[in-house]
Amino acid sequence: MSITRFVKPEGLPAFLAHLSKDARVLAPVVKPADKRSVVFEPWKEGKEFTLEKATVPAKAAVLPQCETLVSYRKVKDKANPQNVTLELDDTPQAETTVVFAARPCDARGYVTLDRPYLKGPIADPYYKARREKLTVITLTCNSGCNTCFCHWVGGGPSSPEGSDILMTELSDGYILQGITPKGDALLEGSGLDDGADRFKEMEDVRKAAWATLVKAPNLKDAPAKVAAKFTDVDFWTRETDRCLSCGACTYFCPTCYCFNITDEGEATSEKGGRRLRTWDNCMSPLFTREASGHNTRMEKALRMRNRVSHKFSTYPENWGTFSCNGCGRCISNCPVSLDIRQIVLDAINADKAAK
Amino acid sequence: MATQSKKEGMLRELTPRPLPQGNPYKPMAATVVETIQETGNIKTIRVVIDDPEQMANFKYEPGQVGQLSVFGAGESTFVINSPPSMKDYLQFSVMQAGEVTSTIHRLSAGDKVGVRAPLGNFFPYEDWKGKNIFFVGGGIGMAPIRTIMLHILERKKDYGKVSLLYGAKSPSDMAFSYELQGWLDNPDLDCHLCIDNPAEGWQHKVGLIPNVLTEIGPKPDNCVAVLCGPPIMIKFTLQALEKLGFQHENIVTTLEKRMKCGIGICGRCNIGSHYVCIDGPVFTLKQLNGLPPEL
Ligand SMILES: Cc1cc2nc3c(=O)[nH]c(=O)nc-3n(C[C@H](O)[C@H](O)[C@H](O)COP(=O)(O)OP(=O)(O)OC[C@H]3O[C@@H](n4cnc5c(N)ncnc54)[C@H](O)[C@@H]3O)c2cc1C
Ligand code: SF4
Ligand code: SF4
Ligand code: FES
Repeated sequence: MSITRFVKPEGLPAFLAHLSKDARVLAPVVKPADKRSVVFEPWKEGKEFTLEKATVPAKAAVLPQCETLVSYRKVKDKANPQNVTLELDDTPQAETTVVFAARPCDARGYVTLDRPYLKGPIADPYYKARREKLTVITLTCNSGCNTCFCHWVGGGPSSPEGSDILMTELSDGYILQGITPKGDALLEGSGLDDGADRFKEMEDVRKAAWATLVKAPNLKDAPAKVAAKFTDVDFWTRETDRCLSCGACTYFCPTCYCFNITDEGEATSEKGGRRLRTWDNCMSPLFTREASGHNTRMEKALRMRNRVSHKFSTYPENWGTFSCNGCGRCISNCPVSLDIRQIVLDAINADKAAK
Repeated sequence: MATQSKKEGMLRELTPRPLPQGNPYKPMAATVVETIQETGNIKTIRVVIDDPEQMANFKYEPGQVGQLSVFGAGESTFVINSPPSMKDYLQFSVMQAGEVTSTIHRLSAGDKVGVRAPLGNFFPYEDWKGKNIFFVGGGIGMAPIRTIMLHILERKKDYGKVSLLYGAKSPSDMAFSYELQGWLDNPDLDCHLCIDNPAEGWQHKVGLIPNVLTEIGPKPDNCVAVLCGPPIMIKFTLQALEKLGFQHENIVTTLEKRMKCGIGICGRCNIGSHYVCIDGPVFTLKQLNGLPPEL
């Protein structure tokens, strides 16, 4: 049996304080604003936090929205000013980080990112540096919601994939279960009470959570069926009709990982500048526009085809598993309520409908 | 050779190839040693990597590309069009298109640039041994053809007849003009040049590349056709090659897609599940037939 600990709700701030002694702790925080949202922010002693599912997943913990890849500047040799060298600094910004109260779909998101970022032809050194310093504490879900569908795509409300610790809400507090050696070690050093006597209750709560979910359709054929729809442009045009190309679906997604590289600041100066990496968005017509004006995805239908295919057919072709974890954020945050589940189901059922 | 093939995880096998050393996003600081204004809108840049050890150890295969950057403007992808045997410099020939290429056009000897290379796959020249090779280059598409053609000519004894058809709009649009006489005189090379419309003093072929190709009529038996150029030329040249009877596995071309990372991560250059930056830029027509039609 794995290492378990138990903490009362009122004990959580002390637990976070303990964690933040050696790490940056990212915890869900409520942002009132116009539209109330929940985002991950660095936690400090006394800061309010919530255990709600975040509006924005903690993807930035490994892939910041914007980061410096290389800073550059010209350096003149004082004795011989003609002699100019280029100074390049590529040190990754990586802090020891604990993500607290992620959800299982988000934790699986890290595993989805790990494949292209760590297991392709060349590992991404910036991602790797941050990933190695990351600990993920995941709160299992006690029920599903009407937009999420983790159990369609290989996950579930207590899926341990990507988590170092799983935390489950019981009647009077939280049980924390070590999943990885890193998680075990963290719990052992936490000073929290042993939770072994609550293990059975934890299992029951997790089982009850599964029982709240609607029956999942079988997506086994989704990769082939979505691929088979590739040339049916009418299909994509119909499915994308309402889309505004705003890109919200990609920015809120825990598994969207496209980025752009741009320069900021002149290198001709001794002040120099930076080469930046920023999140990019395949729903934008600029994404594939070439210098000649040629653009393979001028129409929004073709861009949606790329997004859905990447999640359900081409990423699976490369890595053997879906790159959508069913978090539902692209559905709940879409201004026109476009539903990726429906597109995939329509692709799967297309030949049935035609008959 | 620093090579890399299948790694735990990815289901698709990549051909082993030289890869960038160290941080793949960190350019090697380099200095422009020479520039050549090839045509009105094509400029050749020769660069040397600043670290002598890195320069001496830099290995690449013909067809591999580099991200050339001017700090402050950004990076763009170009084929390294010098043959790998050239140890004095790396050569890029750049057609002016947008922001980065315009900045590159303003470079002169002594300017500092960055190079991330080598990226992508390369021409499978080992598989072509014993065969005839027919190269077709259109416009700036002559750049990738140049590197592989010179590489093949250096080991001509391993190959059959080597031919080139190089076409451009007009004589003044022909890059590498200072090399053409040498190519025409080279007994190992069957060299044909063409321009779109007749021009005074032009002693070579006139006509669009696909038509001139049909007129030359290379035999498809034991022959590989390698073509690079603008999309419209590729489209009609492929049709001409098919009419001549070339099998799809014997037709080789290079693709262009917008690129950022060059190492299969940023998601920019995909065609279905494949990425031009790691599965390409070199593809056979047979391989392209297996990809979704999104060119
Ligand atoms: C594998 C490969 C090899 C290439 N080899 C050569 C070569 O040898 N010589 C040559 O002149 N050109 C080559 N190109 C095309 C060249 O990369 C583009 O013309 C160039 O990137 C345009 O950049 P820009 O900033 O001037 O244009 P902008 O329109 O300002 O481009 C903005 C950004 O878009 C990207 N981009 C735009 N068009 C293209 C395109 N067609 N291909 C790739 N990226 C693009 C660039 O990365 C650039 O950062 C090659 C492209 C690829 C993919
Ligand atoms: S969030 Fe909705 S409207 Fe916006 S790009 Fe995505 S699908 Fe289209
Ligand atoms: S595609 Fe939508 S449901 Fe799937 S992981 Fe991304 S945001 Fe969540
Ligand atoms: S250029 Fe980034 S994936 Fe190909």
